[in-house]
Amino acid sequence: MQRASSALTREHLNGSACRRNGGLRFPNGIWPLKVFGMRWFWIDRFEKFVSGVEAVSIKNVTLSEEPLDDYLPGIPHYPHSLIIEGMAQTGGLLLSEIEQFQQRVVLAKVTKAEFFSIAEPGDQLRLTAKLIGRQPEGAFIEGTVDVGPKRLAELELTFAILDESFGKEPFFVPCDLLRILRAMKMFEVGVTQTGEPIQIPPHMLAAELADLNL
Amino acid sequence: MATSDEIFQKVQAALVDALGVEDDEVTPEATMVGDLGAESIDFLDIVFKLEKAFGISIPREELFPDDILTNASYVKDGKVTSEGINELKKRLPWANLSNFEQNPRVQDFGNLLTVDDLCRYVAGKL
Repeated sequence: MQRASSALTREHLNGSACRRNGGLRFPNGIWPLKVFGMRWFWIDRFEKFVSGVEAVSIKNVTLSEEPLDDYLPGIPHYPHSLIIEGMAQTGGLLLSEIEQFQQRVVLAKVTKAEFFSIAEPGDQLRLTAKLIGRQPEGAFIEGTVDVGPKRLAELELTFAILDESFGKEPFFVPCDLLRILRAMKMFEVGVTQTGEPIQIPPHMLAAELADLNL
Repeated sequence: MATSDEIFQKVQAALVDALGVEDDEVTPEATMVGDLGAESIDFLDIVFKLEKAFGISIPREELFPDDILTNASYVKDGKVTSEGINELKKRLPWANLSNFEQNPRVQDFGNLLTVDDLCRYVAGKL
């Protein structure tokens, strides 16, 4: 089986790739994921994604993760700061998807972060981000984090949408972001507000094909 | 119809939440930037909180007339012209511009908004 951490090469396409929904899909359903430097993904996958409204992501906490080792020796738990970052990624992608991932969205302010317990190895966090308000310069997300029936945290995050005065370069290489979003199952669970599946933005598909020299 | 007291209490709660200040710091006369320490990103947060608290929509240009303050026909030598002041009065009828008019430096505009101005603005939207 193709490991998720290996780079995508032309050999992977060697007669086995097929086109589906305008994109490329491997027969075993596993997408190779190119990894750039340190991983900074604090959610594992999307469970629900309603464009411009709400996103629910899952984060599995495991003892094999380095952040649990050093944060508080002897009491391994998943740091609150990384839970906030996971909510920022969930909410940030919810916001970015509205404009086809072509806006540069940054977490500008953690307005509220209230934690009721700690996340321990073996816990599965369910992060729910709701888009409460959106303006041309930014957006406001309300988030909850649950472990099973237990509420672990409540968050409020303010995002800024950067204009060209902050530069023009995108934060992510479009084809790399596309692979990450596929790995997170965004396009498998994502729907519009009327219930139709969300589509991969054409510019991302074009970038991916260009990256593959196709 | 909300009373002015009810409006003030909701505005106060939004500012306490967004700026991490104490209730008693949020007086009607307090300026948002100078007294309460609001920074640009805080205004975005405050706008969302007010929209939610009052069920209103707040377009940015109604609170922050950047287009007037950066328009060469309304600004000369870093100061807002009399035509610019008239435009500001039309756009922000709820704001008290009397002090600003005496020395209308563009750079001082950001510190003009008071809690009372914000309450008047919200009252006009309800």
